[in-house]
Amino acid sequence: MERPLTEHIRKDLRPLTLKEYEQAGGYQSVRKALKGMTPKDIQSVVKDSNLRGRGGAGFLTGLKWSFVPMDSTIETKYLIVNADEMEPGTFKDRLLLESAPHQLIEGMIVSAFAIQATISFVFLRWAYKEAANHIRFAIQEAYDAGYLGNDILGSGFNLEMHLHTGVGRYICGEETALLSSLEGKRATPRAKPPFPQVSGLFGKPTIVNNVETLCCIPHIVNKGADWFQKLSLTNDAGTKLFGVSGKVKTPGLWELPMGITMRELLEEYAGGMQDGLKFRGALPGGASTDFLVEEHLDVKMDYVSIAAAGSRLGTGTMIVLDDKTSVVGFVRNLMHFFAQESCGFCTPCREGIPWIEKILTSLEAGKGEGHDLHLLDFHTKYLGPGNTFCALAPGAMEPLQSALKYFRKDFEHYIAEEIQNTTHPLPATRKRLITDISKF
Amino acid sequence: MLSLEETHEIDEAVKIVPYRKAACIEALKIVQEHRRWISDESLREIADYLQMSAEELDSVATFYNMIHRRPVGRHVILLCDSISCWVMGYENIRTEIMQRLGIKYGQTTADNRFTLLPNPCLGTCDHAPALMIDNDLYRDVTKDLLEDILGKYP
Repeated sequence: MERPLTEHIRKDLRPLTLKEYEQAGGYQSVRKALKGMTPKDIQSVVKDSNLRGRGGAGFLTGLKWSFVPMDSTIETKYLIVNADEMEPGTFKDRLLLESAPHQLIEGMIVSAFAIQATISFVFLRWAYKEAANHIRFAIQEAYDAGYLGNDILGSGFNLEMHLHTGVGRYICGEETALLSSLEGKRATPRAKPPFPQVSGLFGKPTIVNNVETLCCIPHIVNKGADWFQKLSLTNDAGTKLFGVSGKVKTPGLWELPMGITMRELLEEYAGGMQDGLKFRGALPGGASTDFLVEEHLDVKMDYVSIAAAGSRLGTGTMIVLDDKTSVVGFVRNLMHFFAQESCGFCTPCREGIPWIEKILTSLEAGKGEGHDLHLLDFHTKYLGPGNTFCALAPGAMEPLQSALKYFRKDFEHYIAEEIQNTTHPLPATRKRLITDISKF
Repeated sequence: MLSLEETHEIDEAVKIVPYRKAACIEALKIVQEHRRWISDESLREIADYLQMSAEELDSVATFYNMIHRRPVGRHVILLCDSISCWVMGYENIRTEIMQRLGIKYGQTTADNRFTLLPNPCLGTCDHAPALMIDNDLYRDVTKDLLEDILGKYP
């Protein structure tokens, strides 16, 4: 089984020096691209490879790049790697950042060349201190070796690379919020269009790609689109870093072919559930993906198959729910996160998610009311796609709506007893709202 | 007044961006690194230096949770409170830290040694529960380990 992204990572996770990385075949794709390929050639091979963005949305990388204007009169374009990994339950980019910094830099150089960007940024999460040290060191090595700077390898191509470490907030991972943050502003998302490919950082054409996505690029350029497609067991190309956390025997992270089943991941790699616990469900790709349950265990882990099962591959890092963990508590913890991390710019997200958290907290405290489940359903609709400014709230609704679907009894359990004791009438305003909700 | 060291570092950050105030997050980080937190006075000094209003800079400073607009102790404990750590029982760790130090979230011990803050996912979920103290990450934390961990920070 080929593992292009992680095969050169040492057992002790110490990153390779530039020399060691070159000896392992590193930076070949920079030579190949800058000396023998045009930007269009690289864009073509990436498009043909069918690589999809590994940050969560799964957008086709080649297609994303194709929107960048290639008019030679444009002086400044930017390439940014989104290394602000902060989706709860996600710990995949950390490995690539800490243990393979040169692979990322190589991918960035080739990608920047493909869109003719001359300035690049690593937007790194503040918490990844070790990664910051390793990347800073690797960037300096790359400058010293002539892979960065002016006239790289005599090709005439120039590229600056800077490391920006963040100062917190999940919303910085949203592509346009990241740009706002990099410009020294509050990280509120921006209206699209214009898309960043046309008007991004400081108003210039900009590509923002995830760490794992850019780490795939050198291998695609070296070995070709067909090879990359064949790494996968299904039609979604490549390998993928898959992770499992929660009460399984051996939580961890593995590079595996796209399209292995949830069951294989859970049982063969994560060792199955801890003794005495049963599997109840899992968020397959981080906190903002829908629950999948036992009936889905043979679903293939790729973008299309997981979507067909009603969830999203997201970041590919699964969070497991066992039968002794409270579903309502699980979802309440997620809602606390999303409420806290809402940027506060648009009302449904700013007001709606804290309301949900309050309802779930009151349920757990035995203070649920009869209409609470209707209110939760109401929010999953009104905070869904199309009703908020960015994807944060719709993402937050995914675990909630699927929990209400698959584990509704767990929610009802808290309310049923309490209803009998409810003596106070609903305030008029809330009654009106409940009537409105009942139209759905 | 910003120190020479601070202005020198801020100048380096300004070089990378097209206009001065675009470097304001870097500047906040730099000054916080030197002074541990961003006081109103620090805020005004940075704002003046970057030719922006203190109010605008404050709108940025208060948006980001890793910019401290209140004093913090010598060491900051960041306890992950997100989903994988919750499943793996971080709440026991939280209770233990709060009891040992006699503080709640957002508070600093009387001897100014520790500030305790909740923190969203630290990205090490296969080794939950996790916490950070200053720049150090601790994984697979148990109650029994806390005494040794906290003891490293005088």
